[in-house]
Amino acid sequence: MTGERTLPAPAGTVEGGKPGARRGLGRLATIPPIWLVLAALLVVVVWRDPSFAEPASLLAFVKRSAPLLVLALGQLFVIVGGEFDLSVGALITACVVVAARLGDGDPGRTWWVVALLVVFGVLVGLTNGLVTTLLRVPSFITTLGSMLVLNGAVFLWTGGSVTGALADNLRVPGRSGITGLPVVGQLPYAVPIVVVVVACATLLLHHTRFGHQVLAVGGGVRAAMLSGVGVWRVRTATFVISGLSAVVAAILLAGFAGLSANAGAGYEFQAITTVVLAGAVLGGGRGGTVATVGGALTLQMLFTLLNLFGFAKPLRDSAEGLLLIAAGAYTAYRARRSS
Amino acid sequence: MTASAAPVLSMHQITKRFFGTTVLRDVSLTCHSGEVHAIVGANGAGKSTLMKVLGGVYPPDGGELVLDGRPVRFRDPHQALAHGISLIHQELTLLPERSVADNILLGREPRRRWSVDRRAMHEQARRLLADLDAEPIPTRRLVRRLTVAQRQTVEIAKALSYRPRILVMDEPTAALTPGEVAVLFRRVRQLVARGLAVLYISHRLGEVFELADRVTVLRDGRRVDTRDVGGVTPTGLVQMMVGRELADRESTPPVDHRPAGPVRLAVRDGRGRNLRGIDLEVREGEIVGVGGLDGSGRSDLARAVFGVVPFDSGTVEVDGVRRRIRSPRAAIRARIGFVTADRKTEGLVLPIPAADNALLVVRALGRRPTRAAARAMDRLAGRVGLARTLLRRESRLLSGGSQQKVVLMKWLATDARIYLFDEPTRGVDVGAKAGIHELIRELAAAGAAILVISSEFPELIGLSHRIVVMHAGAVAGELPAGAGEADIMLLATGQSATGAGTGPGGRP
Amino acid sequence: MRALPTPAVLTRILRPDRPEGSSLPIWLTFAAVFAVAWLVVGLAGGSFVTLANLQNIAQRSVALGLVTVGQTMAVLAGSLDLSVAYVVSVAAMVASVTMAGDPGRIPLGVGAVLAAGALVGLVNGLVITWLRVNAFIATLGVAIILRGGLNATFDNFAGAVPDQFQVLGYDVLAGIPVSLFLLGGVVAGAWYLMHRTRFGYHVYAVGGDAEAARLSGVRPHRVLLAVHVLSGLCAATSGLFLASRLGAGAPWVGPDGGYDLESIAAVVLGGTALAGGKGRLLGPLAAVAILAVVDSVFNFFQADPFLRTLVRGVVIVGAVALYSYRSERDPHPGERAFRLAGPRSGSRDVPRSGSGDVPRSESPDAHGERG
Repeated sequence: MTGERTLPAPAGTVEGGKPGARRGLGRLATIPPIWLVLAALLVVVVWRDPSFAEPASLLAFVKRSAPLLVLALGQLFVIVGGEFDLSVGALITACVVVAARLGDGDPGRTWWVVALLVVFGVLVGLTNGLVTTLLRVPSFITTLGSMLVLNGAVFLWTGGSVTGALADNLRVPGRSGITGLPVVGQLPYAVPIVVVVVACATLLLHHTRFGHQVLAVGGGVRAAMLSGVGVWRVRTATFVISGLSAVVAAILLAGFAGLSANAGAGYEFQAITTVVLAGAVLGGGRGGTVATVGGALTLQMLFTLLNLFGFAKPLRDSAEGLLLIAAGAYTAYRARRSS
Repeated sequence: MTASAAPVLSMHQITKRFFGTTVLRDVSLTCHSGEVHAIVGANGAGKSTLMKVLGGVYPPDGGELVLDGRPVRFRDPHQALAHGISLIHQELTLLPERSVADNILLGREPRRRWSVDRRAMHEQARRLLADLDAEPIPTRRLVRRLTVAQRQTVEIAKALSYRPRILVMDEPTAALTPGEVAVLFRRVRQLVARGLAVLYISHRLGEVFELADRVTVLRDGRRVDTRDVGGVTPTGLVQMMVGRELADRESTPPVDHRPAGPVRLAVRDGRGRNLRGIDLEVREGEIVGVGGLDGSGRSDLARAVFGVVPFDSGTVEVDGVRRRIRSPRAAIRARIGFVTADRKTEGLVLPIPAADNALLVVRALGRRPTRAAARAMDRLAGRVGLARTLLRRESRLLSGGSQQKVVLMKWLATDARIYLFDEPTRGVDVGAKAGIHELIRELAAAGAAILVISSEFPELIGLSHRIVVMHAGAVAGELPAGAGEADIMLLATGQSATGAGTGPGGRP
Repeated sequence: MRALPTPAVLTRILRPDRPEGSSLPIWLTFAAVFAVAWLVVGLAGGSFVTLANLQNIAQRSVALGLVTVGQTMAVLAGSLDLSVAYVVSVAAMVASVTMAGDPGRIPLGVGAVLAAGALVGLVNGLVITWLRVNAFIATLGVAIILRGGLNATFDNFAGAVPDQFQVLGYDVLAGIPVSLFLLGGVVAGAWYLMHRTRFGYHVYAVGGDAEAARLSGVRPHRVLLAVHVLSGLCAATSGLFLASRLGAGAPWVGPDGGYDLESIAAVVLGGTALAGGKGRLLGPLAAVAILAVVDSVFNFFQADPFLRTLVRGVVIVGAVALYSYRSERDPHPGERAFRLAGPRSGSRDVPRSGSGDVPRSESPDAHGERG
């Protein structure tokens, strides 16, 4: 095969793929559907509450969505690598409670409290990862076990209730912003934080060797292993990323939601819902960061919508469940159709 | 093999589409009782799809099936079975965690009042196996503990238990030794003598000429022609399959004399689960073929060298230096590349684009900056003959030949000095096959040490400077270039050169 | 084929050729845990093997045991049921609200509960088979929907269970708690179903390779639907039992008990592969018993509930790790033993013709490794 000899294209229609370019309306079909859903929801919300469309309002919305967004990006790595991390909600709660207890409202302590939280998040991620990869426990069980351990340990330590207080400067990233700006008034810090996180995640997943290895591990672990990928290293790293994302999410959440004993409750399922909404296939090997952002915003938009219409919180849960199923069905449908 | 006059089955203008891609186009063929009708064609020609339409696995989008003169329509495989059509699939459909009897009688478990009559079930299974004149297989044994040939026997017993009038066999010999192939053919002939109609799909033209009465060639989803086997030559068949003439380079042994460069790879007394004391040397520029039957340890050898299932004892030397290779990463660092036998589960990550697969090893070991490697992709694609546009496509969608090319690109990108090929052209169409052989020769000419495991004699004989034959986990012997099939078979079956060895036919 | 009978017998016990694998290790573990508990409690001055304590352990096993039976069946079929915790809650609420303290309404209550359980199971099954949603997502979605509905309707105890019904929760017959009979009955029924009927055989087949089963005339969709209905029924029965213990239903009963995680952990520990098609029904019950023993030890030491939660988490993960590690026959190093999701061919997803969108026939690649 020296030079450019073109061997016969193998007989068979499989390789042809979808004939013809996508023109006109066909282009619409190439936009990941999540953005269309988001757009639709946005329209309904604005119709119901026109003030939502004001820049300040929109930015506040992004601020509220920030924790979920960050968390979902972390979960994306784990899911693309073929696993689940169900411990992130408990980890968020743990971070918030620990920060309050250790910091006790003293702004001077914040820097080392944060450092400690980061270390903590990494350790939890490492533990999740190593137990899953080296001890061969299904991630489902490992991370649910972590969840139990975290919940139990943290409240054991605090004696059953939340003590202490969150320092003001700890709450700044999640709560405050740059004031005095024209048009918008205040730009919540959460917004640039989110932008940075999204950029890092995108770079990491789609443009680094590591990211490609994560996709490979999720899409074909045996082939990846035989191609020299250090599977356990890669998977463990995804859990560490997830743990870190939980720490960042916790700080953001502590900012605008304050201290509470179930700060992070339910977030793990929201994160997974978001990732599924974004079209990641729950077997690994596929998923995009930008679509995940869309998923988080969509979920949050749905909650906002339900709130506007006066639905109580529990029904938000039900709506989330329905959305999860709908997303799953759609993903399955697309997987069957795609060519 | 007297075929009856009226066809027992006719397929008229069968058309099948999958999500916008037409896979079968107006295919018609007839099948008579008492005849063996072979179906041949390149990968993706539509052979298996056609058979699945016949077997009720897929409904046709156009055309009809006529059985005994009456049109039929199958909604599911069950119906096809009820009409006397039994399929033996290419991918064996046995359940590994269930017993032999459970598998054979799946879906038709005999009942006694409310519960399953297990005694009757095992008795029936026993009888069905005995009918096949096979070596006795305990009906209680779990399928996962059977050898491949035994599993095939079970699969055949299962197919026959439906008392079919038409038996469809899709690549039945892919996993069989020549001895087992002979047994299979004997059975087929017996069945055909009793009036069964057999549709036989195969890549192996030698089998077609030995067994079949008529042959139909499919290409690109269309029927090219149907001929009596007596009235066509293998070359003629290949031409119809590919659509153009091909120089037959396969069976030409390499002209070079045996290379005398330094020893690149040496295994000394390698022992493992299926390996007993392997001694092997491969020199720079040498292609060493590894022949042998199933279970002889050929793939185990490759896997041991590559660190997938490392040797328990013994040493591996690369370029004279002893290396501890206990993982694929270590092997890759030792400049070894391994093209595995099963590309879909071991060679490629299917959901990602072909280019990403081609860069997989490079990225995993981080040796070259990715940008440089990406530029090299184009060049590599040209070298293996892969169309550039396919690089961005999802690997799952490529044909077998293209997929194999991507796998080759992956290893070429690592600039390995030792290559291990396990069945390099399995499931690859005729056109790409020649290209792969050419590439292997080029690599050797450039100084790589190459090990080729192959079950196809022309490939093995045509490529190798010398052939090492394995039997029962050990090296049974070594043969020079241009050795004959019979010599290889002798060693592979564990007989010495003085043993009687009329190799059973079956392998082209 | 063997000269000496003894090695063969031993081999058959340790690595049985029985179709569904062995649950011997887990029963041995149970015995070991029991012995350790006995020791620990004894050293601390209590007595472990008293009738009262054994009855207590039995009672603790019932709720999780019932759920586990259903979960085992679902997993054997290659599926999964994450909604069980909320089905338990829903069942408890429905029972207590329907009966409303009136013994005459007991049959109505039981009927309503079972109907509810079956309905949820049916919904799970339809989402999985019709909408082709992955079992993890489908049952998780249903769980979240149920949670929403529950929390919207109730936020505390509601309704009441008539005293007569509490017989189920508290009474003892000949030294054995009535509830254990219930569990025994359900287990016996499930065992017969799985190991002696065609349906059971088909469950194993679908779990092993749904596509292969389909080619043999089995209808995987029906099997999956049935198995999810059964899981719903079992979880509902557990809710009934819990209602009879508590005297009234409470919405947190299910999730607080951790029935989702623990039933799946029990299934894995009991020797049933999460990939489906392999394992026995009784093994998971031994795991349930182990957890009950551990729980009762905690009770004896009056441990802090948070400590309990923590240790429970560690025990479950540790036990599964131990089990996985030891049973690794690992022909494929690096490969995961089980996957919970993913549309791979023949795995958790509902069977469709071919793997992925390219029909199998069009990528004809002879099967895997040999030699």
